[in-house]
Amino acid sequence: MDAALIPEGAKRCSFPKFMLGIAIVGAVLLWGVYAMLLCWFKGLNQTNMNDYYGFALWIWADLAVIAVGGGAFFTGLLKYIFKIDELKNIINFAVIIGFICYSSALLILAIDIGQPLRGWFIFWHANVHSMLTEVAFCLSCYFAVLTIEFIPNILENRQLNKVPFFHHLAHNMHGVMAIFAATGAFLSFFHQGSLGGVAGVMYGRPFAFREGLLIWPWSFFLFTWSAAAFGPCFTLLVTRITEAVTGKKLVKDNVIHLLAKISGWMIFTYMIAKIIDTWYWAYYTAPGLGFELSHFYTSNGFYGYWILVAEVIVCGVIPGLLLINKSTRENPTFRLIAIVLAVIGVCINRWVMVLQIMAVPVMPFDTWALYIPSWQEVATTILPVAYGIILIAVAYRYLPVFPQELELNRRSEVRES
Amino acid sequence: MIHDKKAHKYGMVIDLDKCTGCGTCTVSCMSENNVPFKEDESDKKDSITWMRVYRLTNNKPFPDTEVAFLPRPCQHCGGKGDHGHSPCVSVCPATATDYGYDTGIVSQIYTRCFGCRYCMAACPYHARYFNWWDPVWPEGMEKYLSPNVSPRMRGVVEKCSFCYHRYQLAREKAYASGSDEIPEADYQTACTTACPAGAIVFGDLNNPSHKVHQIVKPDPHPDPLNPDVVGKSRNPKVFRLLERLGTNPKVYYMSEREWVRKLGDHYLDGEWEKVKNVYGSASHE
Repeated sequence: MDAALIPEGAKRCSFPKFMLGIAIVGAVLLWGVYAMLLCWFKGLNQTNMNDYYGFALWIWADLAVIAVGGGAFFTGLLKYIFKIDELKNIINFAVIIGFICYSSALLILAIDIGQPLRGWFIFWHANVHSMLTEVAFCLSCYFAVLTIEFIPNILENRQLNKVPFFHHLAHNMHGVMAIFAATGAFLSFFHQGSLGGVAGVMYGRPFAFREGLLIWPWSFFLFTWSAAAFGPCFTLLVTRITEAVTGKKLVKDNVIHLLAKISGWMIFTYMIAKIIDTWYWAYYTAPGLGFELSHFYTSNGFYGYWILVAEVIVCGVIPGLLLINKSTRENPTFRLIAIVLAVIGVCINRWVMVLQIMAVPVMPFDTWALYIPSWQEVATTILPVAYGIILIAVAYRYLPVFPQELELNRRSEVRES
Repeated sequence: MIHDKKAHKYGMVIDLDKCTGCGTCTVSCMSENNVPFKEDESDKKDSITWMRVYRLTNNKPFPDTEVAFLPRPCQHCGGKGDHGHSPCVSVCPATATDYGYDTGIVSQIYTRCFGCRYCMAACPYHARYFNWWDPVWPEGMEKYLSPNVSPRMRGVVEKCSFCYHRYQLAREKAYASGSDEIPEADYQTACTTACPAGAIVFGDLNNPSHKVHQIVKPDPHPDPLNPDVVGKSRNPKVFRLLERLGTNPKVYYMSEREWVRKLGDHYLDGEWEKVKNVYGSASHE
C-alpha cells in the first residue's frame, strides 16, 4: 500500500502489520494525551507533587531525556567537527533520537508549569541570573538546530527526493551541516550544563549545592560531560533495540565499536571527575555547612548509600571499564550490559539531582519527604516514550535512516541463499 | 514617592520562649492576606500556610521533655553577603520574585509567575507555596476578603510578603502627613499585631530606635567565621535558621534555652561548643 514511500531496495513489514504496531503504541500515547489534558485543564492537583516536591517525576524525565539525547550533539560534534567519518552511518539516527528527546523535554515542560499559557514569560521577563532561563533559551535554540539537522533526512524520502528543490535542498543542507553541528554542540554545552547548574546553584540545599568556577557550579560541567558520555550509549541502545525489532543489522560493527569506545572513555573520565566532585562535596562542602554525609543517606525509607554505589560504581565505573576494554566492548553481550548500565546510571544521576534533593530535610527539625507519582504523572512521562517509538517506526519505514542497511542486509540475504 | 534617606531593612524577631503555639499568627496571616484553604487541611504538604508553626522538642524522655513552637514566615533572605541574591530570587527565571533593596522584602509577582516552582525547590525553609487548586471560599466569605491583597490564581507560587500592603499604606500615610519617616507602629505585620503573647517583634533592622534592632543588635560586618553571613545577631540569645548556609534571613529567633537555639542550624560533633564560645552564648546559660 505504501510501497512507493519506502526507501528503494529496503524491505519493510506489511502495512497492516505496521499499522497494528502503531495502533498499540498509539493507544498508550492517547492515554498519555488524556493525562496531559487533565493536567492542563484541571491543573497540577492531578499530580502527587506537593510543596516539598515542586520538582518531581517530570523534571527528572526532562533531565533524563536531555541527558540521553546528548548523543545527538556529541555524535554530530565527532562527525562534523572532529571529522570521524565512520559516524556518518549512525548520525541520522542519533539526530532522530535527539529530536525525540528534546521535543519530549519541551512537551513535558509545557505540562509541568502551573500556568502553561504564560510559558513565554521565561523569554519575555528573562532573569539572566537564573540557570532555568539559560536552559529555556539554549533548549529552544538547540531544538531548532535538531529540526534543521533532521530535515535533510526527511527530504531524502523516496517521493520527496523526486522534487528537484527538495533534492537540492537536502544536498546543500548536508553540505553546511558542520555549522549546525558546531552550533548544536555550543548550545548543548550550555543547556546541558545549566541543567546541572539548576541544582548546583541552590545554596539553600546542601545536598545539591556545589562550588565551582566563576558563576558555574561543578555540576554544570559534570552534566555536560555526562550527557556527552552517556548520550551515545543511549543511541547505541536504541539502535540495538531497533535492530532486534526489525530483525536486521542496521549499522556495521566497526561503527558501533568506535562509538562505544569513545563513550567508554568519556564515561571513564567523567567518573573520575564525578568521584572527585562527590568526595569534595562529602568531605568539605557539606560538612562546612554542618551536614555529615550520613544525613543524606540515612533515616529514611528509600535513599540509602545504595543509590550512591549504584550510580557511581555499578552504573558508572563498571560500564566505563567494560567499554574501554576492547574484548568486552566487542563482545555483544558485555557491550549491551555496559550500555544498559550506563543509561540507567545517568538516569539515576538525574533522579538524585532532582528528587533526592527534594527529599532531604534541610531544617534540623524537618523530616524526610518521600513521594510516589500519580498515574497522570506516569502516563505523561510514558507519553514521550510512545511518541518516540512511533516517530522512530515511521522514520525507519519511510526514510533512509541507516546508510548501511541495504549493504548489510544484501550480504545476509546472499549468505542465506 | 518618598525617597528614603537610608534603606529600610524590615525584619522580625520571634521569642520562642513566649510562643505558645496557639496558631493565632497563622490564622491572622491567612485572613489578612486572603490565603486560600482546602476543605481538608490535614495534609500540610499541599496546603498554604504563609506562617507555619513547627513543633520542636528536645527529644528527652519524661520528665525532662521540653517543647517549643517555632513560627516560620518567609525569611526574606538577603542572600550570600546580603547582596539581595536570595536563594529564590536568584533562580526565578521570569523575575517573578524580586528583592526590594529599599525594604529588604522579597516580593512575589503573582501575575508574572508561571509556576515552574524552581523558587520552591531552592528555598530551604519551605516558605513558598504553590496554588495546586483555584482558591475557593465558602459562600459569602469572599465578601470578607481583604481588598488590599490580590487573591492568587491556580498555578502560581505565593508566600509571606511581610504584609507589604501594610507597608504601602504606612508609606502613603507618612507621605500625606508630610513626613519621610514611617513610624514603627504604623507598619506592623498581621502576625505581629495578632500574637497574644507578644512573641513577635517587627520593625526596621537598620533603625536603632526600633525595638527589633535593639533586641537583635545585627552586626553589619561579615561574620569572621563565614564571610557569606552578614547581619548576625550580637545578642547571644538570638539566632537565625540555617544561618551557616549564608541565606541571611531577616527573621530572627530568640530563646533562653540552649537546645532550642541549637535546633536553628546543623552542627558537626563539637562545633556547637565552639560556636558558643566564639559568640558568647555559653555565658548566658
